[in-house]
Amino acid sequence: MTDFIDIWSYLSREPLLWLTATLAAYAIGDACFRAANRMPLVNPVLIAVTLLGTLLWATGTPYADYFEGAQFVHFLLGPATVALAVPLALNLPRLKSALLPVIAALLAGSLTAIVTALAIARAFGADQVLLATLAPKSTTAPVAIGISDSLGGSPTLTAVLVILTGITGAVIATPLLNLLRLTDWRARGFATGTASHGIGTARAFQVHPVAGAFAGLGMALNAILTALIAPWILSLF
Amino acid sequence: MIQALPILLGFQLAGEILVRALALPVPGPVLGMIGLAVAVAASPRLMALMRPLAEGVLAHLSLLFVPAGVGVIGHLHALGAMGPGLALAILISTAAAIAVGALIFVAVAKAVGSEPADD
Repeated sequence: MTDFIDIWSYLSREPLLWLTATLAAYAIGDACFRAANRMPLVNPVLIAVTLLGTLLWATGTPYADYFEGAQFVHFLLGPATVALAVPLALNLPRLKSALLPVIAALLAGSLTAIVTALAIARAFGADQVLLATLAPKSTTAPVAIGISDSLGGSPTLTAVLVILTGITGAVIATPLLNLLRLTDWRARGFATGTASHGIGTARAFQVHPVAGAFAGLGMALNAILTALIAPWILSLF
Repeated sequence: MIQALPILLGFQLAGEILVRALALPVPGPVLGMIGLAVAVAASPRLMALMRPLAEGVLAHLSLLFVPAGVGVIGHLHALGAMGPGLALAILISTAAAIAVGALIFVAVAKAVGSEPADD
């Protein structure tokens, strides 16, 4: 019989183990989410990340080894972004009739996200490098990293802040918007996508297809807007 | 499905090439999304072909963020002493941006008479 160590050394070198673990952890997270009556705090990403983080820590596996397997899932982020075109096109008549609300909400949401984040971080004594790192945190990761880099921030730390912002948005959007008694799926989705990019958009799709389509639009438009206005806002701090 | 896959990846590829060729400040997939949106809006046949794949991929969009999320855990210590301040900045700014964005959307929609469809 082969030694456990031999089997483990094989598995830990192959992508299969961590690809399986990623899908299994998400399946568990999704099952918890459904069992909890789709409560936003029981976020499947948050559960999967906690499970996998604990597993990596317990087995002493470096992130690079984990990513060998997880990269196949990670890769699909690009095609999934392109796939957002379909719900966008299906909702084209709705978008056309909501052009002005979309533009107004984009400007208001984007500015609020950047200015309040910078003001609070500044109050806690953040330096200019950290502010540049934080400024693009509401945009989708590849854009945020590019903006952070060009402003003199730390791209790695920006990626961390982007993910934390996404999970925060996905968890708080539903209770917050219910509290405000807003029932317009367009407004709910668009604001969530603008403030918390793809993770917020994923949450919006779980709630309502129209919210999902508008969230995808908000994410895409805010990526472009933040690239344009972040340098200007940062110069005010 | 098998025809839809290369089309989906092809739009991403075209987006990546254009972004690099023209040095645009947008990620390739976002440009690919705009391209595909124009294409499926213009062609009902292409929409029928792409719709099952796109809806399949988007049904579990959250899953795709798991690998990046696991990467965050290893970097949490890098937040250092600024951790609490940054956590508060993210929590409050995200809540404020969602609330302000949604309220402004509804207010402007009401002002210009853009009512949500019944669904």
